[in-house]
Amino acid sequence: MIASNTPAVAETRHQVNVGRISSRIVLYAVILGGAVLFSVPFIWMLSTSVKPGYEVFKVPPVWIPSKFEWDNYWVPWSNLPFLTFYKNTAIMTFVDIFATIFSSSIVAFAFARMRFRGRDILFVLVLSTMMLPMQVTLIPLYVLWSKLHLVNTLWPLMIPAFFGSPFNIFLLRQFMMTIPLAMDDAARIDGANWVQIYSRILLPLSAPALGVVAIYEFTFRWNDFLGPLIYLNDPQNFTVTLGLQLLNSQYVTQTQQIMAQTIISIVPVLIVFFAAQRYFIQGLVITGVKG
Amino acid sequence: MAQGVQISPKSIPTSRPRSRLSQARIEELTAYLFIAPWFIGFLVFTAGAMLFSLGLSTFDTDLLSTSTFVGIKNYVDLANDPLFTKALAVTLYYTVLVVPFGTVTALLIALLLNQKIAALGFWRTVYYLPAVVTGVAVAILWGWVLNPDAGLFNQGLALVGIHGPRWFGSETWAVPGLVLISIWGTGTNMLLYLAGLQSIPTEVQEAAKIDGANSFQLFTSVTLPLLTPTVFFNVVINIIGSFQVFTNAYVLTQGGPNNATLTMVLYIYQSGFRLFHFGFASALAWILFALILMFTLVIVRSSNVWVYYEGGLR
Repeated sequence: MIASNTPAVAETRHQVNVGRISSRIVLYAVILGGAVLFSVPFIWMLSTSVKPGYEVFKVPPVWIPSKFEWDNYWVPWSNLPFLTFYKNTAIMTFVDIFATIFSSSIVAFAFARMRFRGRDILFVLVLSTMMLPMQVTLIPLYVLWSKLHLVNTLWPLMIPAFFGSPFNIFLLRQFMMTIPLAMDDAARIDGANWVQIYSRILLPLSAPALGVVAIYEFTFRWNDFLGPLIYLNDPQNFTVTLGLQLLNSQYVTQTQQIMAQTIISIVPVLIVFFAAQRYFIQGLVITGVKG
Repeated sequence: MAQGVQISPKSIPTSRPRSRLSQARIEELTAYLFIAPWFIGFLVFTAGAMLFSLGLSTFDTDLLSTSTFVGIKNYVDLANDPLFTKALAVTLYYTVLVVPFGTVTALLIALLLNQKIAALGFWRTVYYLPAVVTGVAVAILWGWVLNPDAGLFNQGLALVGIHGPRWFGSETWAVPGLVLISIWGTGTNMLLYLAGLQSIPTEVQEAAKIDGANSFQLFTSVTLPLLTPTVFFNVVINIIGSFQVFTNAYVLTQGGPNNATLTMVLYIYQSGFRLFHFGFASALAWILFALILMFTLVIVRSSNVWVYYEGGLR
């Protein structure tokens, strides 16, 4: 019985192995195929950006241009004030990041650590405004900023950041809840007041979550389009996204130049992403899975 | 630490009467001070703005020369406006396509990457990268990829003998084109599913395998039910997001051809900031808000039928 069974068992095991190896090959082939589909638009953009004009619309496509046309990258800078676009975007983005980190973290601290009447109701209010579509307040805020004569400046895109953002408050509060209370208690016994507990204990310990907020704020502001579109009219005040759209609509036929500028515009975002990939994923886990 | 041990619990209350305000009162006042930035922002930028918007929606105003109270006229006009009906249909059509296709794509990629594979970090980055790049850059890139004649997509289709559609030049294919862009950027959903999959305890899956479940049964009876909370979260966020689609439609088509991509937000933008019908645009914004709220509530209500919470709370 046992002897007669052994070859059969060995054979099934062999088949299982073959099956496993071939299913592994299929798995990797599918993953690779999908990865090619997802990344090929980037490669296509890169290839187009260095093509001479006459090779852009060739069918079938030329992947490696016969001549590398690096001019595509800088010619638009002499037609449109791209340097100003980048300067404006940088100012707006950095002010927003620091403003939202400061304002959101202090609000989050109060919700995470302090006892006060109405706390739970107010926190529910924070959560519910998180879901509010910004289009509802788009027009009234436009009216507000135009009454204050701040339309066509960067201020309407920066001032609100000083009042905290519900999403950032929520994210930071969730993170602060995971920091042991013993940390604050020890500080309190040493005579620390609330401002000190916030600035010396909770803020430094929340560094990973602050990093997440900074990165999200950066990508959001850098890519924002609707806000700048509504508030900025004069190209001298444009952000990069508006500048790109301007180039895209004025130089329709210069596809290679448009692609080159699009690449330049996403480079800062890519640098931040690769430098802080861990934080991107961490942020998703804090807000998504646990929330 | 040594100090902390020396202080007896009794010594804390005795120190209290010295200050006029109790510790609890100080804590409360400080907390109000700390949340003040958000609260002021809420009053002005959210609550105040919403009330103002509601008021504005009962006026016929360009905010400069004319301003007439018209009551519910804007809402009546809207109900009889073929462009509103069109915008509503376009937005719903887009949502109906994006949410299921986006969910399935993200879930499939997450399942693929959840296998024991080499270089997971690399693959995850490749699939996630499109989600990092958003806005105008993506719209411009895809305008070129979906160029009917020289675009990459149609040239790829031509390789397998398919004559590609005219995408943003075609009333039929413009919305599917927008959907394609959105699916390409599904990386965030994919990461959330991946995190969800990785948090499923392996014991549960092992137990099912021992009981003789095949991989399909394992997925439908064990993995998927345990993943429903993540699916639920993503679906809600995606519905809210797809109702607000704007940038791609603005950059690629300006709502055309023949209003085939006139989304709700694009219509709000055009009514308000192009035609200066701010009252009408405010009414549109409120309808959009009501729609988002309604759809979210329906999904939330339906969740106790299809979302499984391991804690037992159903």
